[in-house]
Amino acid sequence: MAASGGRTVGSFLWKCGNCCFNFNTVSSNLTRQVLSRQLCVSAVLHRKNLAAAGPEKFSEEFIKKQVEEFNIGKRHLANMMGEDPETFTQGDINRSIAYLFPSGLFDKKAKPLMKHPDEVFPKQRAVQWGADGRPFHFLFYTGKQSYYSLMHVSTGSLVGSRWLLKEELEELLVETISEHDYARFIQLMERLLSLPYCSVEEDFVQRYRRQLEIQSSKQQVQPLQYDQHGVAYSTGDGRRKTATGTVLLRDSGSGSISINGTNYVHYFPVLQDREQLMFPLHFMGVLGRFDMQCSVSGGGHSSQAGALRLAISRAMLSFLSEGQVETMRQAGLLTPDPRIKERKKPGQEGARRKFTWKKR
Amino acid sequence: FLHYSLSIALPPLSYLVAQVRPLHGSGCGQQQEAVGMEMRPETFSIFRTQENDPDCQSEQHQGQYYTVPPSHFHTVFPHGLPPRYQQQVKTFNEGCVMVRQPALELISHLKRADYSKPTLRYLLYGVKGSGKTMSLCHTVHYCSTQGWLVLHIPDAHLWVKNCKELLPSSYHASRFDQPIQASNWLRNFRTTNENFLSKIKLRQRYVWTKRESTEEGQPLGELVDMGVSRVKSSSDVVGAVLKELRLQAGGTEGGFRLAVAVDGVNGLWGRTTLKKEDKSPVAPEELTLVHNLRKMINNDWCGGAVIATLSQTGSLYAPSSAYLPQELLGEEGFDSMDPFIPVPVSLYSEKEFESCYLYYLDRHWLQHPHSQTEEGKKELIFLSNRNPSVLERLCAFL
Repeated sequence: MAASGGRTVGSFLWKCGNCCFNFNTVSSNLTRQVLSRQLCVSAVLHRKNLAAAGPEKFSEEFIKKQVEEFNIGKRHLANMMGEDPETFTQGDINRSIAYLFPSGLFDKKAKPLMKHPDEVFPKQRAVQWGADGRPFHFLFYTGKQSYYSLMHVSTGSLVGSRWLLKEELEELLVETISEHDYARFIQLMERLLSLPYCSVEEDFVQRYRRQLEIQSSKQQVQPLQYDQHGVAYSTGDGRRKTATGTVLLRDSGSGSISINGTNYVHYFPVLQDREQLMFPLHFMGVLGRFDMQCSVSGGGHSSQAGALRLAISRAMLSFLSEGQVETMRQAGLLTPDPRIKERKKPGQEGARRKFTWKKR
Repeated sequence: FLHYSLSIALPPLSYLVAQVRPLHGSGCGQQQEAVGMEMRPETFSIFRTQENDPDCQSEQHQGQYYTVPPSHFHTVFPHGLPPRYQQQVKTFNEGCVMVRQPALELISHLKRADYSKPTLRYLLYGVKGSGKTMSLCHTVHYCSTQGWLVLHIPDAHLWVKNCKELLPSSYHASRFDQPIQASNWLRNFRTTNENFLSKIKLRQRYVWTKRESTEEGQPLGELVDMGVSRVKSSSDVVGAVLKELRLQAGGTEGGFRLAVAVDGVNGLWGRTTLKKEDKSPVAPEELTLVHNLRKMINNDWCGGAVIATLSQTGSLYAPSSAYLPQELLGEEGFDSMDPFIPVPVSLYSEKEFESCYLYYLDRHWLQHPHSQTEEGKKELIFLSNRNPSVLERLCAFL
């Protein structure tokens, strides 16, 4: 509804032949329109929090169309007023509208207006999530993703780094420093960071900070080893729930797998376990390529299969490129399954199961 | 022609075009070329062969399916086939058997053997599900098409377990009879060998009770009928039948060849789950049927062959990883069977797997769209490791 006012002004000028000066409807529409949309400054005060406004009301194509119509309407207006369309400013537009639609109303907001759609339609955010419902921004669930990402950036230089140690500072300055001196230095640097506009001197500050190694997100990819025939092989081990398994993965094989000396079809008669073994290979499309010798102990058949799956994925890392490692990680093949048997609590029959409730 | 648009990527299939098809596998190239030279325009698929007579099948048919003619089906195999295969036959409305190397080897031995010498014993062994029973049935089909008399014991384990009625034998005091199993077997035997029943005459007089006896010179059919109708003495009838056949098999006048096909022969020398009335276990040699069958398997007669299969699936007290003759037969069994000709049965080769896969596609057994792609085939290979029975069970729900 709010769009209709702007649209009528633009479309009126668009269809030049239609000289239907529908002032009442225009003004009433404009009234409704103007009440909900104002100049940017005051809009901030009156407007509701758009972050909570829900899905977008105007799609991008709609806004684009409005912009087109506005531009064309502007040219028509210029033609009508006998001015040059190229140099027709917003001030000229305002004067022309005031001339063409003289309004006896006192309220500035009630008078007809023709403005660029970006000023008319409220700024809103595009849809924050993709087709599968997964949000694009990693801070989406904080509720204020832009704010926190801003905060993240400004303190990014300090996170993950530490001040130089006394020894490292001595090395840098090629002078001996006492502990007191070092403490003063740290105090000074902290003071510097607390001042406003410290980001200007970020380079200077960074020279005296060292990065901390972030270990958690990196997969340790071991290099490939070669045996005496030149065949590449790698090992991997995995654990799941009390079962541990190790895998020796050999290249240029025929897809034969032996587990604890027996064939995998005999070791895992259940189809589900064999599917678990198949998953990493099938995911990367290397089903017939590797030969495997596995050993596994502990747990039951399902957990043994899960342990072997993790071991196979880890062993395969040496054969794959970075991008493929990333896809495997995202598929969850490299994540050890943390679930274990939950403790039985006193007063209950099991971990969750309570004793039978008797009314009396 | 959905299944024709596989990785083969060929226009309409025929034997002529088959030679172009890139095959993996060592000996396959030459075989395919040999096939291509045969010029059979009426064939319509790679995995089938029109050669339905086991006599004429040779290595060039290896990996291909031949159809058992429906007329033969009920006479030759009233009781011999594995149960899942019987279901498959019923579903597909045809009985197709793959020509595989162990069966071909057996048949070639049978063709070349000298039947005036004591019987040769062949033993089929292999991992579970590799196709031993099917190879045995293929050989049995060959024997029956050649006019042999076939004694097919579908599973020797059925005689040493799950017996509801154990009667003390009338003939021998310490032995036990199994009337139900014996009469069932006699009935199936009768179906298989109709034409022999009237030709073979008894050489001895058998007395069953005070009032009943079968005279010398009577046809075998009468004996068998008597065994079927008089259930109480059916086990002794079985023993008599076996003895008669053993005596007459190599005979010069009206001689016939006798094929003894025993599935699960390791059941004859293991333990039984049957118990006497005082809860003590029954040893296998205390059962009449087993005792007589063991006499058959001994190679003290001539004019025939003994083809046996080891089976872990129905066996009692044997670990599931055991498949070698030494492990499954035990010492006693191995000594009795020794000397024998071992025939190993392996899992599907690549060509055989391809053949089986195409057969299932042709029968529209693989309904899942992904299973018809190349990747689906790789998955099937992985999950089944080319084990025939595992593959069959896998495809059953696809």
